[in-house]
Amino acid sequence: MTDTALPVRLVDGAVAIGGRPILRGIDLTVGSGEFVALMGANGSGKSTLVRALTGLRPLAAGELHLFGTPFDDFAAWQRIGFVPQRTSASSGVPASVWEVVASGRLTRRRLLRPLSRSDRRAIHDALRVVGLDDRARDGVSHLSGGQQQRVLIARALAGEPDLFFLDEPTAGVDLPNQHALADALRQLKGRGATIVLVAHELGPLAPLVDRAVVMRDGRVAYDGPPLADHEVHHPDFGEPHTHHHHATPAAQHDHAPDVAAPLEGPR
Amino acid sequence: MSGLELFALPFMQRALLAALFTGLAAPAVGTYLVQRRLALMGDGLGHVAVTGVALGLLTGTSPTWTAVVVAVLGAILIEVIRERGHTNGDVALALLFYGGLAGGVLLTGLADQSAASLQTYLFGSITTISATDVLVTMGLAAVVIAIAVGLSPQLFAVAQDQEFARVAGLNVRAYNLLVAVLAAVSVTVAMRTVGLLLVSALMVVPVATTQQVTRSFRSTLGASMVLGTLASVGGLVIAAFVERVAPGPTIVLLSLAGFVVTWPLGIWLRHRQRLRAPFPADDPVADIEHHSTGEHPHEHGDACGHIAVAHGDHVDYVHDGHRHAEHGKHYDEH
Repeated sequence: MTDTALPVRLVDGAVAIGGRPILRGIDLTVGSGEFVALMGANGSGKSTLVRALTGLRPLAAGELHLFGTPFDDFAAWQRIGFVPQRTSASSGVPASVWEVVASGRLTRRRLLRPLSRSDRRAIHDALRVVGLDDRARDGVSHLSGGQQQRVLIARALAGEPDLFFLDEPTAGVDLPNQHALADALRQLKGRGATIVLVAHELGPLAPLVDRAVVMRDGRVAYDGPPLADHEVHHPDFGEPHTHHHHATPAAQHDHAPDVAAPLEGPR
Repeated sequence: MSGLELFALPFMQRALLAALFTGLAAPAVGTYLVQRRLALMGDGLGHVAVTGVALGLLTGTSPTWTAVVVAVLGAILIEVIRERGHTNGDVALALLFYGGLAGGVLLTGLADQSAASLQTYLFGSITTISATDVLVTMGLAAVVIAIAVGLSPQLFAVAQDQEFARVAGLNVRAYNLLVAVLAAVSVTVAMRTVGLLLVSALMVVPVATTQQVTRSFRSTLGASMVLGTLASVGGLVIAAFVERVAPGPTIVLLSLAGFVVTWPLGIWLRHRQRLRAPFPADDPVADIEHHSTGEHPHEHGDACGHIAVAHGDHVDYVHDGHRHAEHGKHYDEH
């Protein structure tokens, strides 16, 4: 494994959920330091793809390498930072912002060891990047939705990873918080981090994106220079003179079948 | 009988030790159950353990150990159903609730045991606990406490966000099973103290009480362990001095009383927190028009009685539904 190895290389990847093929024939490579936006309509498979790249969804076919290591042998989890698609960072018991961010440090901590000085420095640094260093002692449930999303980004940041996966970090977040998010991601990009971001709409993140990958019905429909938000849903990806909103012809449908009996798993 | 004489009795000393360890261990595990919104898991496991106790009565082996084994199996089953299935944890719990209780009552009948012998396990009988049982209780409780506190960073992360924990390289399934097994063990530990039907109270109520006032996970975990100990030891002592009062229900009611006392405090704290939360600094309304208040009756300040709320670089005073900000010699409506 060398540092020059590609952070993400997926060849002919496929994902099936509940026996139904969802993603088919996905080829995706992400170079070191790249900022890639995975875009597409609801149900196009963009979140499923990120979940496959992080190992949360098993691949039905294809080969995935992270930093040049086949996924099954991959153990350098401290190099990966993941921001799951969530609307809230709170759970059934109060937790402080500091505690949630500190849990991002677990990739580098050994069992039964207290936080070291470098752990604390990384947590402080992560909080500063997202602009929440003055809220460290506050309960996370007292924060607004956008601030909670920033806490989740700080949590991923605290492990000091080289590769970030963010699943819809801007969904349901107001514009000022989207700008704060964009600032944090700009700093990450400046440090040379590789970023894979799932987004329905880019908004203030648009200037940061190096490359757009558009998913449509479980396949990669476009892979190239960044697109404006309204171009993504065009059949021809925004050729000149066609800058109008057309109704997307295909009806939206959810691929994952809902199974209700106790032992009938989705897998 | 005076207090000292009572505490000199061996059965009372055994009971106090059992109460102390149970009070520490049950809320420690309960915190993780509440965090995962599985507050009723202890209850489900308690019902499953009834089958275990009955199995012990039927086969003539120690009901404590059969209860541990059956409760652990039940806990693993709940986890499997939760993980493999699409159903929520609560459905899995409900399935085991009824199966466990029905199985227990059925087996007790088959064993030709009276309902009274099952009742000591259903509602606890801490004062009849034997020396061996105290040692087993202390040993199991110590293991539960050591794991729940020692592995708290990992257990916290897994309970907080499973997907994140998995991508962080933690073995989420193993930690989930660990919490389930810990819950099963602490259910059987508390079985002799408060009884299987009331076990969950000692796991959940102290946590519910402390989270009225705490803001961090660590303080919730620590304070609920303290409260659990106070309730179980206190309840035992009250029951010892008052005639015809059973320790099990006293412990549970004492811990519920703690919640009732803390609840209004929590409401008041949250209300206060809401009132004093800063107004958004980039509030566009403030820029639209410059409104000054008319003649203002007094000067706002620390002692004026109006709540001061941070608003960007200055302070707004909340005055009869208005927000007054100082501007030179007058106040602006913000």
